[in-house]
Parts: sequence; structure tokens; C-alpha cells
Amino acid sequence: MHAFNYHKASSVADASAKLAASDDSRLLAGGQTLIAAMKMRLSAPADVIDLGGIAELRGIKIEGASITIGAMTTHAAVASSNEVAKAIPALALLAGSIGDPMVRNMGTIGGSVANNDPAADYPAALVGLGATVVTSKRKIPADQFFTGMYETALEPGEIITSVSFPVPKRAGYMKFKNPASRYAMVGVFVAESASGMRVAVTGAGPSVFRITEMEKALAKSFSADALKGIKVPAENLNTDIHATAEYRAHLVTVMAQRAVDQALVK
Amino acid sequence: MPVRLSMTVNGKPVSADVEPRTLLVDFIRDTLRLTGTHIGCDTAQCGACTIHMNGVAVKCCNMLAVQAQGSTLLTIEGLAKEDGTMHPMQAAFRDHHGLQCGYCTPGMVMTAIDLLKRHPHPSEEQIRAELDGNLCRCTGYHNIVKAVQAAAKA
Ligand SMILES: Cc1cc2nc3c(=O)[nH]c(=O)nc-3n(C[C@H](O)[C@H](O)[C@H](O)COP(=O)(O)OP(=O)(O)OC[C@H]3O[C@@H](n4cnc5c(N)ncnc54)[C@H](O)[C@@H]3O)c2cc1C
Ligand code: FES
Ligand code: FES
Repeated sequence: MHAFNYHKASSVADASAKLAASDDSRLLAGGQTLIAAMKMRLSAPADVIDLGGIAELRGIKIEGASITIGAMTTHAAVASSNEVAKAIPALALLAGSIGDPMVRNMGTIGGSVANNDPAADYPAALVGLGATVVTSKRKIPADQFFTGMYETALEPGEIITSVSFPVPKRAGYMKFKNPASRYAMVGVFVAESASGMRVAVTGAGPSVFRITEMEKALAKSFSADALKGIKVPAENLNTDIHATAEYRAHLVTVMAQRAVDQALVK
Repeated sequence: MPVRLSMTVNGKPVSADVEPRTLLVDFIRDTLRLTGTHIGCDTAQCGACTIHMNGVAVKCCNMLAVQAQGSTLLTIEGLAKEDGTMHPMQAAFRDHHGLQCGYCTPGMVMTAIDLLKRHPHPSEEQIRAELDGNLCRCTGYHNIVKAVQAAAKA
């Protein structure tokens, strides 16, 4: 790892000022992705700004019909939250399925969302639930946030402060885990909300995407059978040592059906 | 610029100047000379480096030492009593042959203690799921699970 200057931010405003003062900096959240990237020298910032000491970025709040989760809230905190388990059980299950207990004790929702790994779990929940990403500058709807592989709508100097999830009528998440890393080879989040039906897929393509055909079918009948014949094309899906694009395309339909079953069990 | 670090490790206060890029595992092993915490992969996969920070299990190869500023750490060396009496989890690993070469053992024991805190009466399935982040190259998982089950009853 290359040497860098370490700065501990005391507030979001302080972190913003520190970002503005450097032309080569990185925010540090749980470090579960960033430290590995720095060890491999894929990332070698001159300044690292640690968000770990900012209390205002941690915590889970229920506000009316939505749940707001602070950017520095760990996956373990979301997975074990009674509020989340009650309002959006699929979200608690998703957080509890990330990596392993040690990764969940350090990794944060803000870091996961900002990183937008093509196989990360949270992007499916954000798009599946029609969440809003709140930053130090603005509010970004999830549909416009994830712009491509490891790319987001975040601008330089912008800090995610929280993610706000509307509470759905019902929702389910199923992933086919990569047996080594537990990342999603394919993960499908299905939700029925006031705003309609949503089906969001992670792990299969370069970035999370929705399947309108499945959403329409579920609007007619919210059942696994309604998705039976719906196939996604394998073109543009990922092929790697774990699975071919064709296999991922097949898994999308299977995982979507299981997610619907899970949403129905409740 | 070095950073002044202070924390509590196995009940004792420690402080030292570290370079910001120092990994917590290197600080523990090289500076504090607590070499019971192992490095099996250095890529956050194997769990051999698992310790407790502020009461929860973390992989200290995937953290900077500065991220542990002001925290309370517990490593494998902090488990046994002064007189050498083993922690019930250590004793269970010994009694049930939960180790072969022993390389993964410190991490396994630290994760297992963490899991019992959250699930005092775990099912076999729960134990296996909770040990997701710990690899045993000797593949002695069966007896590791037995040891955790025994420790849960101890
Ligand atoms: C062994 C292992 C298994 C894993 N398995 C899974 C899995 O199954 N599913 C899954 O989804 N993930 C998995 N992960 C990734 C894990 O969830 C990470 O915690 C997450 O991707 C990054 O979160 P972090 O808090 O560690 O962020 P960091 O690593 O600290 O930061 C990641 C990036 O986000 C930026 N960033 C962080 N916070 C903010 C913010 N508030 N605003 C703007 N930018 C920010 C950083 O600058 C950096 O570029 C795994 C990781 C490991 C090591
Ligand atoms: S050495 Fe830390 S997880 Fe392998
Ligand atoms: S006992 Fe040898 S690696 Fe687990």
C-alpha cells in the first residue's frame, strides 16, 4: 500500500471541507473494499478521509412510511434491527446475507452503494424499493443513481449521508451466492409498493437493472407462476469463471420466482 | 505523517506512533508482538486474523490500525485466565479435536465466541453459516462445529 495522509472527519461539513482541500482524496467508510483496492495499488489516494467518527452518519430511523439508514450504518446493524425486520424483512435478510459476520461488522450501506460493485446486494434493494440516496448536496432517486459498472451519479466531493427506503406492501430478495465470496452471482429483489411493482436484478449485468416485463406480469398476478415463461436475454450479461451469461439469464427467472415466494410468506 | 494511536488491548492500555498505512494485523503482530493472530490470506477471505473490536468480530487484515483508534481489542492471547485456564471455547476446541495444524484456530475461536454471544443456542446450520468467513485448510469443519456446540452447552 502506498503512503497517504490520514484525516479523521468530525462531521459531514468537516469531511466536505477536507475533500475540497485535496485534489486526490478518498473517503474511508468500513474499508472492506477500499483497503483491498489500496493494498493492490488499484487505488492510491494522497489523502484518506475517515468517516468513522461521524455519529450523525450512523443509525436507523423510521419516518412515516419510510426507513432512513445513515450512510455509516453497518450491514450487521441493519440485519439485526428489529425496526427493519418489522417494516421491510427482505431488507434485513439482504443485509444479513452480505459476506460473512466480520465483513458485516465493518462494511456500511454508504460504502456499498458508492462502490456499486456489479455483484453487490444493496443496489438491488435500492432500485427494487425505489429508494432515495441522500447526499451532502442533493437527493438522488435510486433509478438514476447507479449509472454503470462501479459508476454512480455521485459527483466529486459529494458524500452519501443516508438512504431512504419507502416501506413496501411486500418484498422479497433471493440471491444465488458465489460460494467463495457470498457476493451475488444473481440476486433479484421484488417489491410491491404504493408506486407499483418493481423487479431489480444485481450480479447478472454490469450494474443493477429492472425487468419491466416481470413487473407487468406481477401487477396482473403476484405469484411465482406469473414469471414462469419470462426469460431475460443473455446478451450483455456477465460471463466469468463462476458462470456464463446464459446461466445467469436462467438464474434471473429462478431467483425472481423464489423472491416472489419469499414476499408471499412474509 | 505518523499518527499517535491509543487503545486497550486484552485489558491493557497501549499507545504507539504508526504510519497511517499500517494494517491493524501488522500493528498487532509486529508492534505489539501478539503473534497468535494469524495472516492466512491478507485478502479478507480466510478469517485467520479475526479479533474482537469493541466486542464484535472483525478481520484485522482488512483494516487500518488507525481505524481502531480509541477502541477496545481482544485477541486470542486475551482469552485464557492469568493462571492459564483456557476459555471454554478454547477448551472445547481441544476436547473435540477442533484443530489439526492450528493455523485457522485463533480466528475460528474468536468468531465462535462472537457467534455464541448473538446465538447462545445455535443450530448446526446456524454455526456453519456463521463460520462462513473462516476457512480451515485442513478442512476440519466437522469437529469445529462439534466444538462450538459443546462450548454452547458449557
Ligand atoms: C470477504 C468479503 C465479502 C463480501 N461479500 C459481499 C457480498 O456478499 N455482498 C455485497 O454486497 N458486498 C460484499 N462485500 C463488500 C462489502 O459489503 C463492503 O462493505 C462494501 O462494498 C463497501 O463498504 P465499506 O463501508 O467497507 O466501504 P469502503 O471500502 O470504505 O469504501 C468503498 C468506496 O465507497 C466510497 N465511500 C464510502 N462511503 C461513502 C460515502 N458515505 N459517500 C460517498 N462515497 C463513499 C469510498 O471512498 C470507496 O471508494 C464483501 C467484502 C468482503 C471483503
Ligand atoms: S488474513 Fe485476514 S481474512 Fe485472511
Ligand atoms: S486446523 Fe489447519 S487450517 Fe484449520
